[in-house]
Amino acid sequence: MPFWIELIVSLLLILGSVFALIGALGLYRLPDFFTRLHGPTKATTLGVGSIVIASMVFFSWRNGTPSLHELLITIFLFFTAPVSAHMMAKAAMQQKLPLNDKTQGKPWE
Amino acid sequence: MKILPHPLLTIFLTLLWLLLNNTVAFGQLLLGLFLGWVIPLLAGRFLLKVPPVCKPFKLCLFLLLILYDIVVANLHVARLVLGSPRKLRPAFVEVPMDIEDEFILTILTSIASLTPGTVSAGLSTDHRTLLLHVLDTDKPQDVAEELKTRYEAPLLEIFRCSST
Repeated sequence: MPFWIELIVSLLLILGSVFALIGALGLYRLPDFFTRLHGPTKATTLGVGSIVIASMVFFSWRNGTPSLHELLITIFLFFTAPVSAHMMAKAAMQQKLPLNDKTQGKPWE
Repeated sequence: MKILPHPLLTIFLTLLWLLLNNTVAFGQLLLGLFLGWVIPLLAGRFLLKVPPVCKPFKLCLFLLLILYDIVVANLHVARLVLGSPRKLRPAFVEVPMDIEDEFILTILTSIASLTPGTVSAGLSTDHRTLLLHVLDTDKPQDVAEELKTRYEAPLLEIFRCSST
């Protein structure tokens, strides 16, 4: 495997891991439940995306044929992440979870 | 009962099957076509009615815009997380919806969750109002406006044929 392919794959893997880490950090650092919801729906999609592209490049090169089934992971993630975030937000409003003091506007009853 | 109720869904499922198996072998293609034919027949009663796409080219441009916005959203949220979360000004905003079709509404709420700083948190039972949670904003109303002009208007244009 030529050096430049290894370079691309490892850079993408590092980038992906960094974004996954930031998503996890978000869960820890953000102040209330609703702000924490933003972590898993956003910062992780780019993390998974980078790792998926790295996998596509690596296996396409190694097997000599294009490897595209990793794309499905991205598609399914884009389908499921918003739905689960939406359901969790609804459940949180039902449970009347405490809000950050600075929150403007009100959740629904 | 029609023999082929959803031709586009059949093509989509076939492609999905080929991707899943990572091959374009003839046998798998046949199996994929068979599944793409049978699944819509069996699941027909659960499927939402998908409105016709009137502007395919515009749809492609719109998808690129979404992809770009998702990347921007990631960087934006990453910066907020690494900054000082105590300074965040989160907000709940109600956005009045012009879309009536359930399928387009689903797409719009998903886009809202995937793009910069917003998560869709609720939809009123009459489907007229969307509740958004915004991660960090000065003027919640501006965020609502942006959602309407940036995503809702193009979606309506892509799917609603009669108005143009």
